[in-house]
Amino acid sequence: MSTTVLLAVTGLGLGALYFLVAAGLSLIFGLMDVLNFAHGALLSVGAYATWWAAGGHLPGAGSGGFGFVLAVCFGTAVGTVAAVVLELALIRPLYDRPREQVLATVGVGLAVPALLSAIWGPDARPFPGPAALSGTFGLLGARIPVNRLVLIGAAAVVLVALRLFLGGTRHGLVVRAGVEDRAMVTALGIDVRRAFTLVFAIGGAAAALGGALGGLYYGSVDPGQGTSLLIFAFVVVVIGGTFGAGGSGAATGSVAGAALAAVVVGLVQQFANYYTASGLGDLAVVVLLAVLLLLKPGGVTGRLA
Amino acid sequence: MTTATTAREAATGGDVAAPAGSLRRYGRWWPAVALAALLAAPYSSLPLPGLLDGPIGSAGSLQLLALCLVFGALATGYDLLLGRTGLLSFGHALYFAAGSYATELIMVEAGLPFAVAAVLGLCCGIALAAALGSVALRVGGIAFSMVTLAFAQAGSILVERDPGGVTGGEEGRAIPADRLPASLAGIGNTANLYWIALAYLVLTLAVVHWAVRSPTGRVWEGIKENERRVEVLGLRPYGFKLVAFVLAGALAAVGGIVHLLLTGGATPQTTTSDFTLSLLVMVVLGGSGSRWGPLVGGVLYTWADHRLGDLAGSPAVSGLPSFLRVPLSQPLFLLGALFVATVVALPGGLTRLPARLRRR
Amino acid sequence: MSTEPLLAVRGLAVVIGGRHILHGVDLDVAPSGVTALLGRNGAGKTTTVRGVLGLVPRTGSVRFLGEETVRLATHALVRRGVGYAPEDRGIFAALTVAENLRLAERPGAGGPAYGLVHELFPELKARAKQLAGTLSGGQQQMVAIGRTLLNGNRLIIADEPTKGLAPKVVTEVARVLERAAQAVPVLLVEQNLAMVRRLAEHCVVLADGRTAHRGPAADLLADPEATRRLLGVGRRADAVSEENPMAPQDTGTAATSAADSGKAGA
Repeated sequence: MSTTVLLAVTGLGLGALYFLVAAGLSLIFGLMDVLNFAHGALLSVGAYATWWAAGGHLPGAGSGGFGFVLAVCFGTAVGTVAAVVLELALIRPLYDRPREQVLATVGVGLAVPALLSAIWGPDARPFPGPAALSGTFGLLGARIPVNRLVLIGAAAVVLVALRLFLGGTRHGLVVRAGVEDRAMVTALGIDVRRAFTLVFAIGGAAAALGGALGGLYYGSVDPGQGTSLLIFAFVVVVIGGTFGAGGSGAATGSVAGAALAAVVVGLVQQFANYYTASGLGDLAVVVLLAVLLLLKPGGVTGRLA
Repeated sequence: MTTATTAREAATGGDVAAPAGSLRRYGRWWPAVALAALLAAPYSSLPLPGLLDGPIGSAGSLQLLALCLVFGALATGYDLLLGRTGLLSFGHALYFAAGSYATELIMVEAGLPFAVAAVLGLCCGIALAAALGSVALRVGGIAFSMVTLAFAQAGSILVERDPGGVTGGEEGRAIPADRLPASLAGIGNTANLYWIALAYLVLTLAVVHWAVRSPTGRVWEGIKENERRVEVLGLRPYGFKLVAFVLAGALAAVGGIVHLLLTGGATPQTTTSDFTLSLLVMVVLGGSGSRWGPLVGGVLYTWADHRLGDLAGSPAVSGLPSFLRVPLSQPLFLLGALFVATVVALPGGLTRLPARLRRR
Repeated sequence: MSTEPLLAVRGLAVVIGGRHILHGVDLDVAPSGVTALLGRNGAGKTTTVRGVLGLVPRTGSVRFLGEETVRLATHALVRRGVGYAPEDRGIFAALTVAENLRLAERPGAGGPAYGLVHELFPELKARAKQLAGTLSGGQQQMVAIGRTLLNGNRLIIADEPTKGLAPKVVTEVARVLERAAQAVPVLLVEQNLAMVRRLAEHCVVLADGRTAHRGPAADLLADPEATRRLLGVGRRADAVSEENPMAPQDTGTAATSAADSGKAGA
């Protein structure tokens, strides 16, 4: 029983991490048709910036209490800025060339981890965190690491915030409309490119937050972390697209779908990896990606398919 | 390829002085000149300081040159999909790795001679490409890319988890030295391996050249331009795309076998999606859809990947301020940045650069 | 009243995928009333409108209110006072009626004219919370036209607003456009010559991606030979309800005569 509880909470924590990456990915893909291969790099940027700040390099920030909160905020902000720069510098000049947009993100996805390992070395660095978050607590007889809860809580906050943004603000309305028909949004006098930059900023912020909190989850940061999470985030985006397709509104649907899919993928991976051969869960999830795409190519990737 | 470049430079250097007519005549023969230079490379003791760590004919240099040729050829084969048919596959490494691992497994576990194992390994690669390609090509666009990525990632996970100790996990599988024919084993025989790599390159260039000019190749071009229009002509793009996929997969599998010989084993790095992405970088860097672009890109990438690290340790670089030195120490960063710059500012890749400059 | 055209298009050319869709369209929209843009299917009417708005890459000259706008992005031109109801209505199916209208709001003098829109289309007020995708074709057209009326625009461009609608709805749309045209000039792309006859003062006829005829609409419609030659629809000028609602713009429908069907280029 306690094993099941631990696996479930860990799976949820992993799912929360996936959601933080996938939420931005699916918004960016939905609005701009760009499959952002640099999204894992944004997560890594957030993770390293948080690690750097929490290591005492940023005045006021540190590894405990308020200092850690400040470090996480700093990491998220750096990731957001990185995402905005990426959009303005590389994606915007290539609006007429969708394939080149994907290729450019692939290049960034390769170059950024290489740069990180050039600066801080290719090996994993221990991630500092407040003592309060490194402990465990008892739940139904299981000892659950606190950081799982932090991740789950952060993902829930991001989910709610995203839904409020999409449903309750004019920018959110523009994003939802743009997911349906970008050209018509411009024909109503709206500069849809600002929405592009905005979703990149939101996606970058969520991914960077995922990186900062993922550092707690894994206990360390390494340059390849984001890239290895990325493929599972793709799985979540695609499954989420199939969930959300029937829902109300393509954008809100895809965010809600991504949340549900992230939970499913996280749980399946944890349980399958534990109860069957190690790695089978990862394998199952990746194969699931292929199967879903083949059965429902119009799901999330309909526009380019 | 370094020698090829020198040969080409020598040829063009002569051309400049010659009248335009002979320029064209010489120009047509430069591939043959380059090939001759490449064939003769193992007999050369010319040092190329900076470019290579020792004389061209030394074992270390030949090993690097051979790797350059293998990846140049692999990129050329991959461009059958990307540049010729317009298929963006993120899983091409799988077929390279399949050729490598299958050959090693058959040779060592079944105890068959290398030649037989290589043929069977190639068959495995072709069968895998046919099976997965026939499934993945049922979808188009970015969905196809992601399905190929998923398949390759599944392969990568399998290899890494080492089911039943078959793949050797992170260690990979080394070939026991006594299992290879004597002429292919040992440092003393690097020249033979180099010639095999060169033969693989020539084979790939010939196959791609021939295939692109065949009737099928013209349909590929049509698919790349506009798949609908091909359908309107009453042709089914699926079959043609599958032929391209399997042919490229087969060429990759041969490359995997050559790589197996060259490095003395099958390594899990060749299964990763990063490896496929680096193929993409090679092709786009050199120039997708052109005859020599992928080769140039593959050679440049491989050389930079191996040599820039050494250069970073040289006194010339270590004296630089850290904001220059640190990025220079990571070839992948430089290559990634160069790749992004190429995508944004140089459509057509590096091989299109001279023509673009001339037009200015 | 000034006689300078509100919108002056000269030599508009559009190339898509290496194919010349428009070769050189000249077109003036008068500073008042309805200007009809006519032509057979495939003549390039919708492409002309999309070219004017910058929704497709184009060259030539597009002067709006005396200002050259060919280098402007679509949204920048629209903000200068253009309302656009596209051929496929451009409805956001997953948004509500109210959200569809709210998207069209632009900061400007007086704020959004919801009073006018709701007066003309009371149904849109009643269905404000309904998803636009669940509306009937006629109701969707009301949303599309309502969006153009919200902002005190200087020009309304309506691309086949009656296409695929039931005769009763066509009459209603005509009534609304007639009323709108009293305040704002309208560029109307239309196949239904009964609509043109009722609304338009001026007309521009396209053929094969070029301007083939310009002049008063009444003169053209009064000349059956010219009507048939330019539009190929002489005999069926009043066939309001025979339009095939499902037919896309650029494939042959009732309006394309057999002899010219091979020319459909766009």
